[in-house]
Amino acid sequence: MLRQLFSFNGGVKPDPNKGASTREPIARLPLPPQLIIPLHQHIGGTPRPLVKAGDRVLHGQRIGAADGNVSSAVHAPTSGTVVAVEPRLMPHASGLSAMAVVIEPDGLDLRVEREPFDWHAATPGEVRDHLRDAGVVGLGGAVFPSHLKLSAGKAGSTDTLVINGAECEPFITCDDMLMRSEPLDILRGAQVMKTLLAAKQVLVGIEDNKPEAAAALKAAAAELGDPALDIVVVPTRYPAGGAKQLIRVLTGIEVPHGQRSTDYGVQCFNVATALAVWNALERGEPLTRRIVTVAGNVERPRNFDVAIGTPIGFVFEHAGLKPDTDKLIMGGPMMGVPLPGVEAPVVKATNCLLASSPALFPPPEPEMPCIRCGECARACPADLQPFELYWHSRSRNFGRAQEYHLFDCIECGCCAYVCPSHIPLVDYYRYAKSEIWARERDKDAADSARERFEFRNWRAEREKEEKAARLAARSAAKPVAKTAEVADTATSPADAQAATPAVTDPKKALIEAAMARARAQKEAAAAKNTDALTPDQQAQVDAAEARRKRAADLVAEKQAATAGETATVSPDAPAPSPAEPGDGAR
Amino acid sequence: MISALLVMLGLALALGAALGAASVLFRTQGDPLVDKIDAILPQTQCGQCGYPGCKPYATAIAGGEADINQCPPGGDEGVRKLADLLGREYKPLNAEHGVEKPKAVAVIDEATCIGCTLCIQACPVDAIVGAAKQMHTIVADLCTGCELCVAPCPADCIAMVPVADTVDTWKWRYPVFELKPVTHAPAKEAA
Repeated sequence: MLRQLFSFNGGVKPDPNKGASTREPIARLPLPPQLIIPLHQHIGGTPRPLVKAGDRVLHGQRIGAADGNVSSAVHAPTSGTVVAVEPRLMPHASGLSAMAVVIEPDGLDLRVEREPFDWHAATPGEVRDHLRDAGVVGLGGAVFPSHLKLSAGKAGSTDTLVINGAECEPFITCDDMLMRSEPLDILRGAQVMKTLLAAKQVLVGIEDNKPEAAAALKAAAAELGDPALDIVVVPTRYPAGGAKQLIRVLTGIEVPHGQRSTDYGVQCFNVATALAVWNALERGEPLTRRIVTVAGNVERPRNFDVAIGTPIGFVFEHAGLKPDTDKLIMGGPMMGVPLPGVEAPVVKATNCLLASSPALFPPPEPEMPCIRCGECARACPADLQPFELYWHSRSRNFGRAQEYHLFDCIECGCCAYVCPSHIPLVDYYRYAKSEIWARERDKDAADSARERFEFRNWRAEREKEEKAARLAARSAAKPVAKTAEVADTATSPADAQAATPAVTDPKKALIEAAMARARAQKEAAAAKNTDALTPDQQAQVDAAEARRKRAADLVAEKQAATAGETATVSPDAPAPSPAEPGDGAR
Repeated sequence: MISALLVMLGLALALGAALGAASVLFRTQGDPLVDKIDAILPQTQCGQCGYPGCKPYATAIAGGEADINQCPPGGDEGVRKLADLLGREYKPLNAEHGVEKPKAVAVIDEATCIGCTLCIQACPVDAIVGAAKQMHTIVADLCTGCELCVAPCPADCIAMVPVADTVDTWKWRYPVFELKPVTHAPAKEAA
């Protein structure tokens, strides 16, 4: 079938260098002595570890659970023992560490019981959850969780599903070899995606420098006999494998700034992702291995089927790293990032491991001033003005850089490739982007701090007011309550002024009552045998009474003396209101 | 003559009413300059500037009472932004108010904490969780690193820990390339 192809602006044609690593078929790399599986290998939330040091794990067992929906799970690629869950060096330009599960394989490779998943009967939502828990992410390099891209778009249905097998970057051949070896399953995976997205057609784009892969896929498509499947060979030009560029070449749709291809009914996946979807659904196999191209300054460049978590040094050992290697790169020569060390593991994003030597990639020539030749703008496949972005990024004028749509830059490196002044333009863009992100984080933090600070002040203010209101209410309520009590005990109406002195009255009344009771008791307890007495007895009683009286008089004298003293200290202490109880008694 | 006067009077009344209505309808809430200054300040709420928070400092700057170089957490860049906004001359940070430090968050040594709640009362952004006689802890994401909780702690159990870069927050460096002396090396490479 003849199909009209379109073209994107710009692009470059670097030497593909793909021959060396496609000579031999994909080799399955043996397991290393230790696997280091980072928990965070994709865009989105960091998975929660499900295992701890000392645990036994099986091949395919989930060791990290997706954190929220914008995340993906992580699995053990073989059976063995978890040695540690700790920060380990990441294959990232920063050279920083992040949480990883370290597994020592036991060599038995025992698998978890594969739960059959009947995806034909499942709802699209269940299929997406299954893919999330199978750890399927975009294997083209962006590692975006695939299940999020597999919902039929909000803006109507998806019209076209683009399967990206262009693989435009020099040296990288992992998709090429995968298409040659597994064409049928890739297309089956694409068919599943087509069903999930309710797409009308599936376009598989392959650059014309991969005739074997294109032939294999065409044969497989013929075998499947699906009329919606179309294998399209596109001209080789870097970066035809960029999602937006491939969509433009295949459909003619140019996705504008700030929009997504799904807004135009187009969704794009890498060929390896299509295979991962098929494996996850049909075979119940989570994503634990991927194809990695090992190329550049090595003895035996080829593609390896590598367990995720294999240390990079172990992979290079099998490819025979040449001694004059000066730098290791993850990714290709155009977009790759320098690796901090050979201990870093292979992750889901690792499509290529490139060894660099001064002979292969001469050190960059010294940066010269920009001469405003405009070559970069002609080469830019995103239709940006790289020189403007460069000036504003260089002068740290990030607002202006964003006005020139810095975030539409796909960091393909075409501008730096053509720059006659050898300016590392992409380095400036990466610098500006990460600075802008950092500022946005700071701004968000500051906004939240401001909000919390203002809320706290408002709360303090409110508490103060509430306290004042409570106090006011109490002092208003108190006199009323007391007046009521007084009214109970005292028959005379206590007017407002008399209320305050009357506060002590009820107490006094209580004391009086208690004393009266005590007197009555005393009288009741008086001797009862004094009625019929003989004169002798009466005389004895009288004598005793007289002694008692003398003693009582002595005590009274003493008491009078001490009372006089205290009276001089506080003469009018119980002064205020002796009259009122009297009133009450009347 | 009379009609001209009436027309002018009518116009005056109509325009006056319009102006009066506009002043009520389009009244600006708060001082926009204070908000602009406040947006530049880092919202650490540390009080190192001598004011009880960023907003009061912003108000003081807008009122001409405070200088623009009293905010150590905002750093040199903050002073430059304030100078830009207010059309004033840039001046280096006033050392009296402290020096610029890398961002840190407070961490409570939970074994030493006696649960006195003094730090909770000191925290300007409610980033400390705890109750009387219960162990306290700091919500690191909310901590602005103001250090206001450090001094009140009677058990000295709060330490300021600098925030380390992670893979997610790491920033690409400004591209700087070594300049190599051009002597005999190029000839060798060309060969």
